Amino acid sequence: MAGSIEHHDYDVLVLGSGGSGLRAAIAAAEAGARTGLVCKSLLGKAHTVMAEGGLAASLGNVAPEDSWSTHFQDTMFGGKYLNNWRMAELHAREAPDRARELEHWGAVFDRTPDRRMSQRAFGGHTYKRLVHIGDRTGLEMIRTLQDRTVHSDVDVFMETTITRLIKDGERVVGCFGYRRQTGEQISFSARALILATGGSGRIYKITSNSQDCTGDGYALAYEAGAEMVDMEFVQFHPTGMVYPPGVAGLLVTEAVRGEGGILRNALGERFMEKYDPKRMELSTRDVVARSIYTEVKEGRGTPHGGAYLDVSHLDSDYVRRKLPSMYDQFLELAGVDITREPMQVGPTCHYFMGGIKVDADTGQTRVPGLFATGEASGGMNGANRLGGNSLGDLLVFGRRAGIGAAEAAGRSDAVSLPAEEIAAAQAEVDHFLNGPGTENPFHMHRELQTIMGDGVGIFRDKEGLSTAIAKLETLQDRVGNLKAPSNRLDYNPGWQLCREVHNMLTVSLMIARAALMREESRGGHSRLDHTGYSDYWGEHNIVIHRESGHDMALTPTPVVKREELSELIEARKEAEKAA
Amino acid sequence: MRRDRWWVQPVLIVTALTLFGIYTIVRVIVNKHYAITTDGTHMQSPFFSPDLPGIFSFKTSLPWAFLVLWSPLGLRTTCYYYRKSYYRSFFLAPPSCAVAGVARRKYTGETRFPLVLNNLHRIFFYFAAIVVGFLWYDAIRGFFYHGTFGIGVGNAIMVLNVLALSAFTFGCNSWRHIIGGKLNCFSCSDTARARHGAWQKVSILNGRHMEWAWISMFTVWGTDVYIWLASSGVFTDPHHIF
Amino acid sequence: MSETLTAGGTRKLQIWRGDLTSGELVDYELETEPGMVVLDAVLEVQRSQAPDLAVRWNCKAAKCGSCSAEINGKPRLMCKTRLDHLPAEEPITVEPMRAFPLIRDLVTDVSWNYRVNEQITPFTPRENLREGIDVKDGDFLIDQADTDRMSEFRKCIECFMCQDVCHILRDHRMHNRYYGPRFMIRMASLDMHPLDGVDRLDQVADEGGIGLCNITKCCTEVCPENIHITDNAIIPMKERVVDQRHDPFLKILGRTPNKGRVKPPARSSTPEL
Repeated sequence: MAGSIEHHDYDVLVLGSGGSGLRAAIAAAEAGARTGLVCKSLLGKAHTVMAEGGLAASLGNVAPEDSWSTHFQDTMFGGKYLNNWRMAELHAREAPDRARELEHWGAVFDRTPDRRMSQRAFGGHTYKRLVHIGDRTGLEMIRTLQDRTVHSDVDVFMETTITRLIKDGERVVGCFGYRRQTGEQISFSARALILATGGSGRIYKITSNSQDCTGDGYALAYEAGAEMVDMEFVQFHPTGMVYPPGVAGLLVTEAVRGEGGILRNALGERFMEKYDPKRMELSTRDVVARSIYTEVKEGRGTPHGGAYLDVSHLDSDYVRRKLPSMYDQFLELAGVDITREPMQVGPTCHYFMGGIKVDADTGQTRVPGLFATGEASGGMNGANRLGGNSLGDLLVFGRRAGIGAAEAAGRSDAVSLPAEEIAAAQAEVDHFLNGPGTENPFHMHRELQTIMGDGVGIFRDKEGLSTAIAKLETLQDRVGNLKAPSNRLDYNPGWQLCREVHNMLTVSLMIARAALMREESRGGHSRLDHTGYSDYWGEHNIVIHRESGHDMALTPTPVVKREELSELIEARKEAEKAA
Repeated sequence: MRRDRWWVQPVLIVTALTLFGIYTIVRVIVNKHYAITTDGTHMQSPFFSPDLPGIFSFKTSLPWAFLVLWSPLGLRTTCYYYRKSYYRSFFLAPPSCAVAGVARRKYTGETRFPLVLNNLHRIFFYFAAIVVGFLWYDAIRGFFYHGTFGIGVGNAIMVLNVLALSAFTFGCNSWRHIIGGKLNCFSCSDTARARHGAWQKVSILNGRHMEWAWISMFTVWGTDVYIWLASSGVFTDPHHIF
Repeated sequence: MSETLTAGGTRKLQIWRGDLTSGELVDYELETEPGMVVLDAVLEVQRSQAPDLAVRWNCKAAKCGSCSAEINGKPRLMCKTRLDHLPAEEPITVEPMRAFPLIRDLVTDVSWNYRVNEQITPFTPRENLREGIDVKDGDFLIDQADTDRMSEFRKCIECFMCQDVCHILRDHRMHNRYYGPRFMIRMASLDMHPLDGVDRLDQVADEGGIGLCNITKCCTEVCPENIHITDNAIIPMKERVVDQRHDPFLKILGRTPNKGRVKPPARSSTPEL
C-alpha cells in the first residue's frame, strides 16, 4: 500500500510557507539542496500576511544611535531575561542585513526624507526601529519571499496537510499527509526536515490567528521526540477588535499606538499612566494587555467590554496613509471611522513565545534530521515578545535553519521511509474518516476553546489551571474517538479538523501544565496567586518532552546564557533599577 | 447571477451618447447661428471654434466645422473613459461586471484594426489641447462689447464650458503619462521631481475623469444650444456692459 | 459610537453545491448575530447543517484573499461582506468564482495564477546603479513618491477576484493569451521600480496580452484593497506600450522607454488554464 501513494524525495523539506518557511526554503535551495515546500493552504496565504507593524532591525536610519546591542538588550528586557541569549543576540545582529536583503529582493518599504528605509516606534523598543510599509509589512515580506521562492529551484506543494513525521529509528526521515483537494495520500522522504508551521492561536476563541494556526508543528515535533520550551508564555495582543462579535479578536496593529494612538477607559482616563507611566501606550504587550484587562474587569470598560483606542486627534489624512487597513477594517466591519471616533479594543491571543527547542545557530532540534524555525521554534522571545521581533525572527532564523538543514542533508546518506510507519500514518487518517468514532471535531474544537479561554487565559491561578487540565485530560480520552462528520475525501473540512484538534489539544495541555508549574508572574504568564517574580523561575525555562510511556514530562532547565553577553545584560538590569 | 438593475447604466449611456452624436452631425450640417454678436461682442459656439471662415475670410455652406471637430471628438472617442463606456454599453463586452456579454465569434480587444487605433489617443490630445486654447480665447473675447468689458449669461456659460473642457482635456490619461507617469523614477533629478509634482496635479483631475467627461460634454452641448437660440433671435443674451 | 447594526434574525442563504459535473443552489436557513459576515454564515452552515461543505478560508480578516466568492452575483470576499449590508428581503446567494475550474462547492482551482506568476521575472536590480543617487553604502535610495506609487499595487492580497470578473478570462476564457489584471499590476509595480533592471514591456504586450484589455474597469470595481487597477496600472502600462510600439513621434525621434534595462529571459511555456 505504501508503494502506491504519491511520493517525493528531497534533501530538505520545509513544512510551512509563512515567512520563516519561505526564507528557509530559499536558503536551502541557495545552498544547493533539492528543496520542497509544503503549505497547508495556498502559497502566500500564510499567517505572516497578517503582520502589520513592521520588522525590528537596528539600521539606525531614523535613530543613528541605535545598535544591535541596544536591540539585544530591549529583546532581553522584553522577554524578562528568559530568552535564549544566543538567539536574541543573533537576531539583533543579523536583522539589519535581512531587512536590506529583503529590499534587494524587491520589497518596498516606507522611506525617510533622505530616501532610506524609514523606521517607526514600537512598544519596548528604545529607538524608532521598525522597518515598515503602511500597516501591511507582513504582506510585503511574504510576497517578496514568495516570488523569490517561485523563482528559486523549490518545488511547492499547495493545500497539502501533513499528519505525521516519519522516523527511522532515532531520526526523522520524512513525513506523511494528504492533498486537501483530492484526499490523495502523499509521502515525502527528506534528509532534513524543517518545521516552520507557526503558532497555535486557534486554541482560543478570541484570537488574531488564521484558521491554519493549529499548532501542527508543535504536536508533530513533540510526538517525534523533540523538546518544547516556554510553552506557558502566550502573548495576548492588547488590541484586538471586540465588536461586532463576528470579528472579535481581529488584530488592531500596535502601529496605531506607535503612530500616537491613546488608550482610555470608559471614564475617559488615560489609564496607562497608572500601569507604566514611563512608556505609556508603548509599554510591552504583556503590560498593556493586562492593563486593559484589569480596567474592564474593574468596571471601567467600554460598552462592548474593551478600552478606547483613539487616533482621532491625529491628522485624518495621515491616519489614512499610515494605517490604511485599520481605517478600512473599522469602517467596513464595525462602521467606525477611526479618524473621527475611538476604536474599542481588548486583548486577543496573538503569538506563542514558546515552541520547539532548537540550537540557536542552526535550528536543529534534539531529534536528528529535524529542524524548526519561526514561531514554531521557541527561545528567542523568552517570556514576552516585542512587537516587530517576529518578522526579524522569521528571516534570521529561517535563513539559519535553511542553511543548517542543507548542511545536515549534505552530511546524510539517502533515507527511506519504513513501510510500517507509513501504514500507521495511513491507519490514523483513515480512522478519522471511516473509523467507528462518534466525536464531532467542530464541537470538540469549541469545547477546547472554551476550556482554554476560561482557565488558561490572560490571568491564571492554580484552581483554574487545575480544572482546565482535568477537562483537557477528559478531552484527551475522547480525542481518539474523533470522526469527520462526512467521509468524503475531497476538501473535507471535518477530516482536516480531526487531526488539528488532536494537535491543538496536545499544545493546550503543554501550556496549561507549564503554566501550573511556573509559580510566578512574568511576561506573557500572569498568575493571580503568584503575582511577583520568582528568583528561581527567573533563571529557568520549562522544557517539555514526551516520555516513552507517552506521558508529558516537564523539566525546569537553566536559561541558555553566554558569558560575553553578561555585561550588556547587567548594564540593562542596572539601568532599569535606576529608573 | 446578479439580480440588481445593472442594465440601467448601459441604457442611459447609449441614450446620451447617441443623442449627442446625432445632435453634433445635425448641428455641423446646419452650419449657422453659431455666434452671438449683440452689442459688438463675439461669442463663438464651441462646436465652431476656431472660427476658420472668420480667420481665413471665406464663406461656405459646407459643414467646415468637421475640419476642427475631429480632434476634440477624436479625443473623446479614444478617451479611456469613453472607451470603457462604449465597450460596455454599445459592444456589451461586458455590459456590466460579472454579466456575460453577447457571444461573438472571436474577441480581440484592442489588438486589431480599427480598435488598435485607440492607442493614438495622445495624438488627439495634442490637437485637442490646441483647440482648448482657442476656446479660452473665445471665452475671454466674449467679455468685450465693442472693446468694453461686460458680463452676461452667455459669457458666463462660455467660461464654465471652457473650465469643464480644460478639466476634462488636462485630466487625460495620456497627458498624465506624458507629463510624468512615464518616468520610472520620480526623484532621480530636479526635472523628474518637477514632473512628479505636475503628475500629482493631473492625477487629481484624472481621478474625476469620468465626471469631467460627462460634465464637459453637457456644457459644450448646452453652450451651443444657448448660442444657437440667442443668435437666431429666440431671445437676447442678457448682459450688462460696464 | 455610531455602530448602527441591525439585529441578527433569520436569514436565508443559497449556497452553490456541486462539482465540475453537476451542481445547484441549495437553500439554508440560519440564525444570525449582529455584524456577521457571509463567511461566518457559511461556516455556521458547515458546522451545523452541511459538514462536507467545501470552502476555502484562512485569516478571516480580509488580508489573505482566500475566501473569494460571488455573493449575489458579484465577486466579493466572504469575510468582508456583512450580511446586514445585503438586501434583507432576498436570500443571499453564494457561488464559486467562475473564471477558474471548480473543485467543489465554493472552492476553485486557482493554480493558473501561480503558473502565470512563474512567467514574470521578479525584481532584479539594474546593473548600473549610481552611488549617491540610487545606492549609498549598499543601501537602496528610493523616494517616498516612488514607494507610494509602487506600494499601491503591492497591497494586492491575491484574492484573484479581478481575474474572476475580467471578461477576457471569465467569458472569453483566453487564459493562454492574457495574464489578467492581477499580473498587470504586478508588472506595473516592477516597471515603476526605479532600481529595477528588467524591461518587461514586450512581455506585457505579447504574452501578457495587455492589448486585449478594453479597460472596462470591472477589476477595479471588485478590488477589496481599492487598488486603482485600471487607472494606475493598466492604462499607464498601455501608455508605456504605446511609447514603445505605436507613437509615431517617438519613432521619428528614436526614443524608446526603459533604456538601460535588459530583456527578461525567454519564457518557455504559456500558462494554460
